[in-house]
Amino acid sequence: MPARMSSRAPAGFCRSLPELGLLLLLVFVLLQGSVFPHGADASADTSHHGGDGCSSTHVKEINRTKKAFPVLSFEYEHIKTPFEVSIWVLFASLMKLGFHLVPRLSSIVPESCLLIVVGLLVGGLSKLIGDTELPKLDSKNFFLVLLPPIILDAGYFLPIRPFMENLGTILMFAVVGTLWNAFFIGSLLFAVCQIPAAGLTHLGLLSCLLFGSIISAVDPVAVLAVFEEIHINELLHILVFGESLLNDAVTVVLYHLFEEFSVFGPVTVLDGFLGVISFLVVALGGVLVGAIYGIVAAFTSRFTSHMRVIEPLFVFVYSYIAYLSAELFHLSGIMALIACGAVMRPYVEANISHKSHTTIKYFLKMWSSVSETLIFILLGVATVGGPHNWNWIFVTATVFLCLVARVMGVVGLTFIINKFRIVKLTTKDQFIVAYGGLRGAIAFSLGFLLEHEDEDMKHIFLTAIITVIFFTVFVQGMTIKPLVELLAVKKKQEAKRSINEEIHIQFLDHLLTGIEDICGHYGHHHWKDKLNRFNRKYVKKCLIAGERSKEPQLIAFYHKLEFKQAIQLVESGAGGKLSSALPSTVSIQNIQPKKPPPAPETRERVLPQLPKAREEEIRKILRSNLQRTRQRLRSYNRHTLVADPFEDGFSDLLKKQKMFELEKKIKEMNNYLSVPAATSDSPTLRRARLASDPQSYNVKPDADGVPTIQVELASPQSPDSVNIVNIVDEVKRDREKDEDMGLTMKPPSAPSKQGAEEDAKDQQKLMRCLSDPGPSADEGEDDPFLP
Amino acid sequence: MILPPPCPAPLGCSSRRELEAQTGSTMGGTQTRVTQLDPDLVERTGFSPEQINNLHKRFQQLSENKETISRESLNRIPALANNPIRSQIIEAFFDKRNQHGSEVGSLEEITFEQFLMVMSHFRPPTVEMTDEEKEAVRREKLRFLFNMHDTNGDGTITLAEYRKVVEELLSKCGTIGQEAAKEITDAAMLEVASTNVPHMGPEDFYEGITFEHFEQILKGLEMESRMHIRFLDTATVHCGKS
Repeated sequence: MPARMSSRAPAGFCRSLPELGLLLLLVFVLLQGSVFPHGADASADTSHHGGDGCSSTHVKEINRTKKAFPVLSFEYEHIKTPFEVSIWVLFASLMKLGFHLVPRLSSIVPESCLLIVVGLLVGGLSKLIGDTELPKLDSKNFFLVLLPPIILDAGYFLPIRPFMENLGTILMFAVVGTLWNAFFIGSLLFAVCQIPAAGLTHLGLLSCLLFGSIISAVDPVAVLAVFEEIHINELLHILVFGESLLNDAVTVVLYHLFEEFSVFGPVTVLDGFLGVISFLVVALGGVLVGAIYGIVAAFTSRFTSHMRVIEPLFVFVYSYIAYLSAELFHLSGIMALIACGAVMRPYVEANISHKSHTTIKYFLKMWSSVSETLIFILLGVATVGGPHNWNWIFVTATVFLCLVARVMGVVGLTFIINKFRIVKLTTKDQFIVAYGGLRGAIAFSLGFLLEHEDEDMKHIFLTAIITVIFFTVFVQGMTIKPLVELLAVKKKQEAKRSINEEIHIQFLDHLLTGIEDICGHYGHHHWKDKLNRFNRKYVKKCLIAGERSKEPQLIAFYHKLEFKQAIQLVESGAGGKLSSALPSTVSIQNIQPKKPPPAPETRERVLPQLPKAREEEIRKILRSNLQRTRQRLRSYNRHTLVADPFEDGFSDLLKKQKMFELEKKIKEMNNYLSVPAATSDSPTLRRARLASDPQSYNVKPDADGVPTIQVELASPQSPDSVNIVNIVDEVKRDREKDEDMGLTMKPPSAPSKQGAEEDAKDQQKLMRCLSDPGPSADEGEDDPFLP
Repeated sequence: MILPPPCPAPLGCSSRRELEAQTGSTMGGTQTRVTQLDPDLVERTGFSPEQINNLHKRFQQLSENKETISRESLNRIPALANNPIRSQIIEAFFDKRNQHGSEVGSLEEITFEQFLMVMSHFRPPTVEMTDEEKEAVRREKLRFLFNMHDTNGDGTITLAEYRKVVEELLSKCGTIGQEAAKEITDAAMLEVASTNVPHMGPEDFYEGITFEHFEQILKGLEMESRMHIRFLDTATVHCGKS
């Protein structure tokens, strides 16, 4: 597979010339960078530290005698390390960039595969040239520099809700599953090693178990890289990803345990017991360390309002210190980071400014993606550069056993878990969970760390680990996407959470808590509710500064949404309110129940119709009038709350003035109005007609203080004459409602009983259209609000 | 307390009845009345006999061993006191629409069977369900939610009804909550209108959320798996706590 890949990647690049050039340039720069050291070292030696060669003393003497100031000096050694690191980071980033410029490539092959291929190519090229000074995937650097950003990114943006909801399943897979994998693979590999043909009979059981514990852990970096691209549904994503995060504790303990024993003799029962204790200490200790730092970070962020620029730094530094502190005691650093990020986030987010939040988000994403890119490239480089000991039997057995153990573990554990789960894991889910068990750079680095007395052994292990990593990343990573499509596994909904969903999630939470309380047993919802209340009452007050600590979640969510839309608005250069940010023509007018809705569709209706131009004009007046009143309502938000009482009085004045103007205008217009009959009519007119109907009038709340205009109904005999007063009246009525009801309208009355009396109703409608006071059938008390 | 009538001879008992009688007998006392109720209660509500027994015990505790339960009895549950939507939850129990029938309106008191019917909306989906069944369950659960919002039963959630919901949700937050509720409802309603009826003229009016629109906006929430609680299977109900 790697061979195929390597032939494909260049082919992809050849498609567009600029990228080819870019690649060549990069390779050149890189080789320069890595070839240079020798030359640079040599020159540095001769010019500064040299003392043995005569040439150097000569140079010195020349310098001394001429006393010329060196205008341009060259000292590569001085900048070597940071320079090379920068070159590598730049190279990795440009590679990442390049992949996404090639059309379709990134949709077929996962990025992680491509990056490994690039690493292989670079490694291969440098080997051809004969330079072996390439950076290795140094375990120390990997664990202290490259890994933390990825894990922090994962922890800080961990979807807490699904994670907590599935915590049991995740823990089961992470702890029991990893243990099972480690022991199954380890012990069976030991059996395989006993086959004389393999030539590995000297391999002890503990070494095999050690190897098993390294190879069994699912790797978060690899999982993230692949699962980010396949957009699987939230449940499966969190199951696999959560497992990869939490199994770190198991791996750490098993690794140290077996490493200890493989060097210092046999295992007793006591050791096993201590191992279990150690596991608990490592896992819970890691979480505790992380949580403490998280709370401290949240508390610190409470006081940063005067120094906004360094806010993001606290998040990074506290998390990193948490990671290092955990590693200090050989606790699970990954769990510490996850706990730290997850604990601090809600409080930090409430305290820091929006800009800081964006900064944190982008920094984390940037760091983690660069780290990830580097990890994969270096993995490729290390594969070419590293010493190998290819043992067919061992490698094949490892890959095979890894697959078997994973499938058996997932299926077996799911069988148990499904007994307790409400939402059962289907066969498809199990398949994806099993198939998503990718191994990655953590296993490789752990393998690198091995201190075995037998170097050969280490090489066999490393080769097998690399093979498993390549197999999972390339074969599984590349086929998982088509398989997800093929099996029609539910995908993730891409849409952002809407305000409606948020309302209903909250509603549902309270509802389920309430139902549990009525049932009288205290389940998850009950305790979650208790915890939430505790959080709201005490923790938030300590950790969040000012008013925001009292802000309930729904309001906080709304404000966030509002802010986001406002930002969008500003960015798109449009002015206005929240409503216009939505990509549709629907505005706040359309939902405010201030005017009667269009009358029911009536086909046979013969109604008078204004000429188009006149109608348009009337409509304009009506609309502007309605909108102006509404504009006041629209600006009714928390920023203008204070001005509200005054505004009410002011608007009264405005209303009167407008009314006067309108009446004047319509009076003028009235002269021109002579209306021919037409087959259809506009919603405005329909409403006007309806409003003139005394039947529907009666049910509306009549506003006092406004002179009611007596409507002279057009007689049935002359349907082509419409009185404009109707319209005036309608306008007034609308406005009345605007003012009176505002945002607190009355609930609509009982539903209309449609159906059987459809015919009778049509009859009535026709009659009413002719402005006849319709018969007071059940339609009479029907609300004209309803269609 | 009505003394349990002895179970008829085993021959006369259906196997289900037997099971109910057995589980009931371990808890003593009143449980056998459940078996006396509708024998096909299990089928109609989908609860297991044990669950029905547990719920029945709770029901009797709430109703103080009466046949029916009233709003006051539910209002007295201390754990509910802090629930912001308490009145709506209680009202849902007395809503005839939630009884799997076609009736509308509300009841004054509910019997155990009606209590069970309401509870059955909160059963988790099972793994054997076909997609159509799942869809039906989802609709039924959504309908329950919809009915809770649509207080007057006219088939739409109007702005006022929706605002009531949000106000209740924020009712524990004082005046800030009430002010924000208006804005939130407006924004939410606007969102519903714009997702469902993307093009409206200035004259058009969006009357409220119909059930179809309601389904549409909650599509992403996977109600069929989300809206459930864990009903106890065993005979150990912690009813003493409340």
